[in-house]
Amino acid sequence: MRGNNMIRKMLCGAGALSALLFAAAPAFAQDTLTLDSGDTAWMLVSTVLVLAMILPGLQLFYGGLTRSKNMLSTMTQIGGVAALAMLVWVSWGYTMAFGEGGNAFVGGFGKMFMAGVTSDSLSGTIPEFVFACFQMTFAAITVALVLGGTVERIKFSAVLVFGLVWLTLVYFPIAHMVWASGGLFFDMGALDFAGGTVVHINAGVSALVAALILGKRAGYPAEPMPPHSLTLTMVGTGLLWVGWFGFNAGSALAANGGASLAMINTFVATASAALVWMLTERVVGHKPSALGFCSGIVAGLVAVTPAAGNVGVFGAIVLGAIASIVCYFAVAKVKAALGYDDSLDAFGIHGVGGIVGAIGTGILHDPMFGGPGDGSVTIAAQTVIQVEAVLTTIVLAAVGTAIAIFIAKLVTGLRVKPEVEQEGLDIGEHGERAYN
Amino acid sequence: MKFIIAIIKPFKLDEVREALGAVGVAGMTVSEVKGFGRQKGQTEIYRGAEYSTNMLPKVKLEIAATDAMASQIVETIQQIASTDSIGDGKIFVLDLASATRIRTGEAGDTAL
Repeated sequence: MRGNNMIRKMLCGAGALSALLFAAAPAFAQDTLTLDSGDTAWMLVSTVLVLAMILPGLQLFYGGLTRSKNMLSTMTQIGGVAALAMLVWVSWGYTMAFGEGGNAFVGGFGKMFMAGVTSDSLSGTIPEFVFACFQMTFAAITVALVLGGTVERIKFSAVLVFGLVWLTLVYFPIAHMVWASGGLFFDMGALDFAGGTVVHINAGVSALVAALILGKRAGYPAEPMPPHSLTLTMVGTGLLWVGWFGFNAGSALAANGGASLAMINTFVATASAALVWMLTERVVGHKPSALGFCSGIVAGLVAVTPAAGNVGVFGAIVLGAIASIVCYFAVAKVKAALGYDDSLDAFGIHGVGGIVGAIGTGILHDPMFGGPGDGSVTIAAQTVIQVEAVLTTIVLAAVGTAIAIFIAKLVTGLRVKPEVEQEGLDIGEHGERAYN
Repeated sequence: MKFIIAIIKPFKLDEVREALGAVGVAGMTVSEVKGFGRQKGQTEIYRGAEYSTNMLPKVKLEIAATDAMASQIVETIQQIASTDSIGDGKIFVLDLASATRIRTGEAGDTAL
């Protein structure tokens, strides 16, 4: 539960409500809450931890998985689209997600260009600028994650156009639906602690749709395309795990007990997923691999994102293990069987892991499984709500991505020329080589 | 004079070099090469995508030797580089028409 957990407890004296809702710090709390320096300090730190997940965490994680001729292109596309997301966020993204008024699908437009927000504005117990920056990093990483499906063939210019349209059509509305009071999923009572639907299912499904429209990389799957540096992928994975504490524990929007539960779950679900992925490799007859270890870590982190403050410690371990097994089969078997080219498995890990996490959260939230829920909503009812939120996200992401990709194609041509793809996007798109 | 070319497993290089030094070999040229023979290639697996490589890394030694020393060198390499398994490599011996030391212009056995 995001900030409303603490706020509602204070306002209503009852934690029960909070346990059932997504949320953002509601505006009505501003009159009754004052700035808490402990909360503010933690949120400042959390915000830059999420930035470190993108630069250089995701850049290295994804970059290492590509071929060496596309290393700089991959890293630059991630950095470029993240920077663009920050500017779009303060222009119209923040108000579309968190502006007052609005409807179930989008926020009011009163805070365009951060109108009326000053360093004295509060969001819950933290300055509104800090809240806006924290949420800004989520928008930036989500659009960057989508690139996992499109790298090694999409133009840099197409990435920027796609990012602009996709954030506006897909990300801001879904962020509003999940986290703003009055948002569609928020009012449904869906559980999503740190953004399993908004960030991971959304990015994963969008990556799949984008990859399908864009087409396969030249030579895929006949030509070998092994990762060029699993060393860098391992470094990136480490940065992702560290940064994810800002993402998950920061989503408590306060330095409190909710953050502590999110923290311990972000440790153990991930540890469980890392080992279970390698165990799965052994069971199907392969060696336990370094990339398997990294993939397990990310699958576990993705799955625990909606669950972080919503399940118990051992529930998190089970969730991480299940996510690893399901994601392993998604990337190693299902992808090959269906033949689509999701280059870096953004869908197989973020999409599939996100769905496992969202549905698993509905089950493991129940006190029967050691979760912090009070049992007032049955497991079946909660699971139905979770599935509805997942399906709605899938539809919105798929439709919005198709529109954004077609606009990018109209404006930029979308895909690099075959000779650029052959020679590598580093030289063809940026005029540089990663390694000389 | 003989020209000896030996393809061996890379991890055997240091041992072979020491042994050849002990029998009086004063110099050799070493390169990292790739190739295939009876040894099965390696399989790499990345998230379920399997890539098999037929080419395996080996080390190539090139040694020019006098006729008298050639057989001893071949014997030494054969014994030291062997692990009794496929992929240990091969040794080829060619007749060498001439040898010249660039610094002095000496030719023949004295150039070796």
